Amino acid sequence: MIGSPGDAASSRARVGFVLFAVYLVVYATFVGLCAFDWTAMGGFRLGGVNLAVLYGFGLIALALILALLYDRLCRAIDLRIPAAGTRDEEAS
Amino acid sequence: MIYHPSAMAVAVFAAFVLFTLGLSFHLGRRAMSAQGYFAAGGDIHWFVNGVAFAGDYLSAASFLGICGMIAFYGYDGFLYSVGYLAGWIVALFVIAEPLKRMGRYTFADALDSRFNSRGIKLAAAVSTLVVSLFYLIPQMVGAGALVQPLLGFPHWVGVVLVGAVVIAIVVSAGMVSTSWVQFLKGLLLVVFSTVLTVLILMRGFTAVPLEQRGPYGVTSDPAQWSARDFSFADATLLPEEGDWKRTSWLRVREDGSGRVTVWRVVPGEASVRLLRCQTLALRGGQRIVNGSPQSASNDFSPVGTLERLPDGRAATGALGPLSFLSTLEGSTVVLWRQEAVRDSDGATTVFYPRLTLGTEVLLPGNQPAFKGIRSQNPFDKLNFLSLMLALFCGTASLPHILIRYYTVRDQAAARKSTVVGIACIGFFYVLTLYMGLGAMTSGAIDVTDENMAAPLLARSISEPLFAIISALAFTTVLGTVAGLIVAASGAVAHDLLGMWLGIAPGDAAVVRVGKIAAVMVGVVAIVLGILFRGMNVSFLVGWAFSIAASANLPALVMVLFWKGATKRGVTASIVTGMVSSLAWILLSGDTYSKVYGWPAQDALVPFSQPGIVTIPLAFAVLVVVSLLTRAKASGG
Repeated sequence: MIGSPGDAASSRARVGFVLFAVYLVVYATFVGLCAFDWTAMGGFRLGGVNLAVLYGFGLIALALILALLYDRLCRAIDLRIPAAGTRDEEAS
Repeated sequence: MIYHPSAMAVAVFAAFVLFTLGLSFHLGRRAMSAQGYFAAGGDIHWFVNGVAFAGDYLSAASFLGICGMIAFYGYDGFLYSVGYLAGWIVALFVIAEPLKRMGRYTFADALDSRFNSRGIKLAAAVSTLVVSLFYLIPQMVGAGALVQPLLGFPHWVGVVLVGAVVIAIVVSAGMVSTSWVQFLKGLLLVVFSTVLTVLILMRGFTAVPLEQRGPYGVTSDPAQWSARDFSFADATLLPEEGDWKRTSWLRVREDGSGRVTVWRVVPGEASVRLLRCQTLALRGGQRIVNGSPQSASNDFSPVGTLERLPDGRAATGALGPLSFLSTLEGSTVVLWRQEAVRDSDGATTVFYPRLTLGTEVLLPGNQPAFKGIRSQNPFDKLNFLSLMLALFCGTASLPHILIRYYTVRDQAAARKSTVVGIACIGFFYVLTLYMGLGAMTSGAIDVTDENMAAPLLARSISEPLFAIISALAFTTVLGTVAGLIVAASGAVAHDLLGMWLGIAPGDAAVVRVGKIAAVMVGVVAIVLGILFRGMNVSFLVGWAFSIAASANLPALVMVLFWKGATKRGVTASIVTGMVSSLAWILLSGDTYSKVYGWPAQDALVPFSQPGIVTIPLAFAVLVVVSLLTRAKASGG
C-alpha cells in the first residue's frame, strides 16, 4: 500500500520499468528481425504494406500508447498521495 | 547543382529570425539569475516544454538527414526514425522523474547529487562538451547545406549566419528564449511536414521514362555485352582505359557537341539498353559536369523518378497513406548511386541510375552502412545492431535533452511534457517516410547532395512551399543548436568553472561566465561546421548518440538505481565510455574513408558503430570500480 511520497515515486518507477520492459522486447524483436531475417520483413503484408513498414509504424504507435498509459497510471498513483509528483515530494 | 536564391524563402526566414531575436531580447530580463538563464526558472508549461522537446530533438539530422537517406536508399533511413523515437521510452520510463528530482541545471547535478565529487563534475562536464560538439557538427553542416538554395551564399556563410543568430538568442535570454524558439520551431515543423505529406499523397506517382539509348536486340548473352558490341551513328565510343575497363559504363563523344557522356549498360531479358549517367570531375580547380564546365546551362539534371508503375499505368492520381506505400512497392524506382573512377586525366565521380524494385526499396539493407544486414556472416550485422542500440540508449543521454527536464515545475510536469514530446516526435517520424519516398519520386533531387532532398521535394510541389520548408529547415537548425549551446555553456560555467573558480551555483557571475562560454562554443561549432561540409548529417548524429549512450547513460542509470555506485566508479564509467567510444569512432572504417580519405579496410576496429562494445564496457567498469572502491573504503 502506498503511504508516502517516497512510496509513490517507487510505485511510479516500478510501473515505468514494466512498460520499459514491454517496449524493449518489441523493439529488440524488430531489430533482430531486421538483422537476422530481413527477408521476413517483406513476407507478411497487411493492406498492401509489408511487415517492415507496419512494424516501424507499430513501434512508433506503441511508444505513444505506452507513454499515455504510463501517465494515466502515474496520475492514479498520485491521486492516492496528494503530495506525490509535486515540489513537495522533491523536498521530502 | 547550381541553386537560385528564393526571395520568398529569404523573407520567411528573415521574419522568423527577427521574431525570435525580438522575443529573445524581450525575455532577457527573465534570465538574469542562474536559475532563469540555465533552467528558464522552472516555469515553462508542460505542454510548451513537450513541444519544445520536439523542437530540440528534431534536428537537421531528423529533417534533412533522414529524408535524404530515405530518398536515396529507402527504408534504411526510416530505421533511424524508429531508433530515435524508441530512445524516448528510456527517457520517459527510466530517466525523466528521478533526473528532475535530483538535478538543478545540468545533468552533472543529478550524477553528483549523492557524492559532491569534483571528479564526477569534471568528467560529466567534459562528456557534455564532447557530445554537444559532435551533435553541433551536423547541425552546422545542415545549415551550410541549406543556405545555398535559400540565400545563394556559399556553405560557410550559412554556418556563420546560424552560429551568429544562435549565439545572440542564447546570450540574450538563455534557456527562456531557447525554449520558446524550440516551441515555435517544433510546432511549425510538425504542421508544415503534415502539409507537405498531404500534398505528396494528393500528387501521387507519375511514371517518367529515363534518358536512354536502345534497347538493342541481343545476338548473344546480354550480361556479356561490352563496348565492342556497340556502335552509334551520332557518337564515337571512347577507348576503355584506367578504371573504365572494369566498369559496366561506356564513354561516348557526341559528334555534334564534342561532349563526353557516360552510359550505363543495363542488360534485359532479350535486349540491352544504355542509361544516361552524370559525372563530376575537378580539373584545374574547375567543376566539370557531364564533360563540360558547370554553369547555369550545363548542370546536373534533377533525379528521383519511378520508371514503371503497377500495371503499366502512366500516373496514379491522389493516393491514401497505405495505397501510397503499396503502389510504390509494386513499381520500379530509379535510385542513383555513385562511384569514383580513375584514369590518366584524374578522378571522376560517376552518378549512375540503378533500377530497383519497390519491394526492395521498402526493405532494410540498401544503404552502405546497413549492408551487413543482408550478409550471411553474423559478424557483419554487428554494425547495425550497435547503431540501433546506440539510438535506443542515446536519447536519454543527450545533455541538451536532459536539461529540458529542469525547465518545468515538477516531476509530473516532466512526465507529461515527455508524453507530449513523444506524440509530436513520433508523428513527425511517421511523416519522414512519406517525405523521403516523396522526394525519391519527385524528379527534383540533387544527385550530389542527400541533405537537400526535403527542400527540393517542396520546390517540386510549389515555390511558396519551398520557401517555407527551406526557412523552416533553417530554423530547425537554430532551435537545436540553441539547446546544444545552452547545455555546453552550462557545463562550462556551472560544472567546470563554477567548481574550479569557486563561484556559487546561484551566483549571477555564473550567468556571465555562461554567456562567454556560449560565445566560445558557438565559434567552435562554426569552425567545425565548415570543416565537416558534405557529410550526411544523420550519419554524424549517429556518432553523437554513440558517445552519449556510452559516456552518460551507464553512469546515469546506475546512480539513479544502484545504491552500490561509488564516485570513483561513476567517474571511471564516464571517462571509459567517452574515451572508448570516441577512440572507436576515430579508428573506424567510416571515419577512415569519409573523414581521412583513407581505405576503410585499413581501419583498426572491425565495425564503425561502437555502442555494442562501449556501452556494456562502461556499465562493467562502473560496477567493478564501485565494488573495488567500496570494499577498499570498508576495509580501510
